Order: sequence, then structure tokens, then C-alpha cells
Amino acid sequence: MNTQVPGAQSSWQFRTPKQTLLRWLGWFWLVALTVFCWQVMNENTIWAFVIDAPDQAADIGDRMFPPAWSYINNLWEPLWDTINIATLGTLLGILIAVPVAFLAATNTTPSTRFVRPLALFIIVASRSINSLIWALLLVAIIGPGLLAGIVAIGLRSIGFIAKLLYEAIEEIDDKQVEAVRATGASGAQVIDYAVVPQILPAFWGISVFRWDINIRESTILGLVGAGGLGIQLNASLSTLAWNQVAMIFIVILGTVVLSEWVSAKVREAVL
Amino acid sequence: MAEAPMAQSYPTRWKRPPVLLTHPVWRKIILLGGLVYLVLAIQTVEVDWQRVYLGLERGWRFVQGFLVPDFTSRWNDIYAGLMESLTMTVTSTVAGILISVPIGIGAARNLAPAPVYLACRGIITVSRSFQEVIIAILLVAMFGFGPFAGFLTLAFATIGFLSKLLAEEIEDCDRSQIEAIRATGASWWQVVNYAVQPQVMPRLVGLSLYRLDINFRESAVIGIVGAGGIGATLNTAIDRYEYDSAGAVLIIIIAIVLVVEYSSSYIRRWVQ
Repeated sequence: MNTQVPGAQSSWQFRTPKQTLLRWLGWFWLVALTVFCWQVMNENTIWAFVIDAPDQAADIGDRMFPPAWSYINNLWEPLWDTINIATLGTLLGILIAVPVAFLAATNTTPSTRFVRPLALFIIVASRSINSLIWALLLVAIIGPGLLAGIVAIGLRSIGFIAKLLYEAIEEIDDKQVEAVRATGASGAQVIDYAVVPQILPAFWGISVFRWDINIRESTILGLVGAGGLGIQLNASLSTLAWNQVAMIFIVILGTVVLSEWVSAKVREAVL
Repeated sequence: MAEAPMAQSYPTRWKRPPVLLTHPVWRKIILLGGLVYLVLAIQTVEVDWQRVYLGLERGWRFVQGFLVPDFTSRWNDIYAGLMESLTMTVTSTVAGILISVPIGIGAARNLAPAPVYLACRGIITVSRSFQEVIIAILLVAMFGFGPFAGFLTLAFATIGFLSKLLAEEIEDCDRSQIEAIRATGASWWQVVNYAVQPQVMPRLVGLSLYRLDINFRESAVIGIVGAGGIGATLNTAIDRYEYDSAGAVLIIIIAIVLVVEYSSSYIRRWVQ
């Protein structure tokens, strides 16, 4: 019974030869691209520094330990500033993001042809530029200080909050909107009584989530002069006071962990 | 006559009940606390309005620079920064994926024994808890200025992101397929290769492309602390008050982010 169907392969293959070839070519291009990028990137790399790195790391680690515990007394005020930058920045972001979200959602926008693209552009522009870059610009424009940090955090938050919020608005239950409209409600009343109650939990969840991210980001905004813990970090780095740097890292880590916990608790309660 | 007071007891106006914070006392306490915090916070924000007013003129120049960007006069700097950013993004994403796949498998509870699981989860936690910029500061101090430190930063950050999501994806795998392959007498490697990998591959490709997008954005930031890339160019342009060049850099960043985002969402749809 050793009959074989003509044309059939002797052993089972997962893919056809053509698929195999295409995949092989794809992988080849990926490897070639990576090697090429690696070459271009490292044209100016000084390998002596790279070889030296473990020694440097050991040296820095040595200087970081023990952290300057008493330095924490200089950090309470920057910490308060950092939290304020994140909170007020988030509020500013929310204030601008909510109208933008309503203009961007297909079911609430006044005009899909003119207003919606504009709102989407605002969202994209805000999202593509990191808050540190916004802070860099704003420190140059309105001077160093908390205000630049707050505005930077606010501008970055617009895109994030508006994007998630308009997606939530587009997913609402249309029947409720229709029911409210059937009572003779005006446009604003429809939004107030039919749309807002449906998106309110999502809105609080998104806002707290963004606040959590903003706490993280506001810890480093001071590096470019926008207030908060980053200013102390910059000062300690430029004087090579690594034990103070270690203390600042500990404070940052503690703040981030705490804000993450708060945000998780609030989202749990809301959603 | 007995019906009149009854009718009066019905309210004629309806007040909408609150959606969240339904407990009346807690509602008041939380709102009041929020208000007190706001007043305190706003009081500590010192604003030098004189400086802000002076800055408005600069702000206007920046808006003009953004609207009429200058790509030509600093093109060599912009090109060098852009090449560094793009090459850094590609190499760090590839290196990050190569390292995070084994760590992701190790951090999946259904494939790895407990000690390996804990070690891998530990690596993920360390990588996730620090910001890219802070890692970049440390790595620049160790490896010197330039894109190599940036490459290491982004690769390190990629590990935390990708391993965590990959591990969760593996843990969500369909158990029956794993059992079926195991029932054929397959070894651990064969189970990973034939039962787990086909299930997680589309998601892994999607996540990798998403991370490519994030790495490009971050590469624009870590240049500010000396880790190479277009961020350094931007920083220099702003330091020199050349807002038209800075506008050009920002427009290039936005354009590349858009292109990467749209093409990656296209590829993801094609893969899944």
C-alpha cells in the first residue's frame, strides 16, 4: 500500500514554498535594516567610553550609596510644587479637552467636514509632542517657573483626554439620546441629560489615569526649568552630588508608586 | 378635600440624582476638600505676570516660526538629529524585542516555574518604574553623550513595556491548544513554538509596532538630556531663539509620528 498521490509532498510543510520565500525575504530586510541603522547610529560612538561604562557605573553607584537622607528636608516644597503642576495641569487639560472631544466625536460634532478635522488635528498635535518638549518651549516663551510646567502638562493632556473621551462618546447608547430628544429637549439638554451621564464614569477614569501619568512627567519637567523636583535634580546632577540624586530618585519613586495606587483605587471605585 | 395635601406632597420639579459620589455627606466632604486644595495650590503658584507679558511677543514669534518653518538654514543639524533618532528607534526596538521575548515567556505563569517567573517580573517592575528621561540621565553619565546611551535607554524601556504585555497575552492563551500539543508528547520548546507562538504572534507584532511609535516619540525627548537624536537639535534651536528652525523640527516630529502611527495601524490590521 505504498501509493503516493502525484504532486503531494513527502513531508508536511506548514507553509507553501512561496510563503516561506516571502517570509525569508522579510526577515532578511529587517536584519539588513537593523544592521544598517546600527552602523549609522554608531558612527560617532566612542567605544572607549562604552568599554569604560561598568567602571563608571560602579563609581556612580558607590557615590549614590548611602543616599543623603537629610536632603529630604529640601524636597518637601518641590514635591508640593510637582503635585500642583500635575493636578492643575490636568485640570487645564480637562477644561480644553472636553469641548474638543465633543467636537471630535462623530455623533456630537456640529460638522464632520470642517470642525471634526480641526479637533482631530488639535488632538494629534498635542499627542505627538511630549510634555518635556512643551515645557522646553514654554520656559523659553513665558519664563521658568510653575506656570510653564502647568501649561506644558495641560497642553500634553489635551490630546490624551480628548482622544479617549471622544472614543467613549462615540460608543454611547443611541437609544437614550433618542429618548431624551423625543421629550423635546434642545441640543444642549440632550448632551446634558443623555450623553454626559453615560460618559461620566469613563471621563473620571480617563482624568485620574492622566493625572497619574502627569505626576510621573511633572517630576522631571524641572530639568528644563519648569518647576518641581526636576529643578533639585538638575542642581544635584550638575554638582555631581550623586547621593542627593539618589535621594531624589527615592522620593520620585515613592510619589509615582503612591499616585499609581491612588489612581487605581479611584478607577476601581468609578468604573 | 383629603386629596389636596396629598397632591401637594408630590414634587413638581425633578432634581437629577448624582451619577457618582452618591453618598450626600461624602460628596460634600470630598468637594470641599477639593476646593480647599485648589485654593492652596493656586496660592503657591507664583506667576511673574510681567515676564509672561514680555514672553507673549516671543510666543507670537514662535507661532510665526511654526507657521513659516525654516527647514533650510539648519538643515544639516536637523538631518543629523533625525538620522540619529530614526536609527536609534529601529535598533532599540529590535534589541528590546529580542530581549523582551524570553523575559515575557519567563514572566508568564503558565509557562515558567516560580523562580524564573519572579525574576522576570522583577526585571519588568524595575524597567517600568523609572521614566525614560531618568534612565537616560544615568546612562549618559555612564556611556557618555550620544545616541548609544539613547539606544540603551529606549531598549531598556522597551523591555518593561513589551515583556509585561507579552506575558499577559501568553497567560490569556487558549489552554486547550497547549494541552493538545502537549498530549502529542511535545517538549517545552515545541509547546512554545507550536501552541503559544501562533496565538500570540499577531499581538506581538502589533505591540512591537506600537512600541516603535513610542520609541520614536521618546527619542525626541531623551536628546534634551544628552542622549542624542532630534531632541538635542530642538534644544539647541530653542536655546538660540531660532523659533523657525524649532518649528521645522516640531513639524517633522509630528509628521513622522503621524506616518508611523497610520502605517503601524494599517500593518496591525493586516496582521490580525
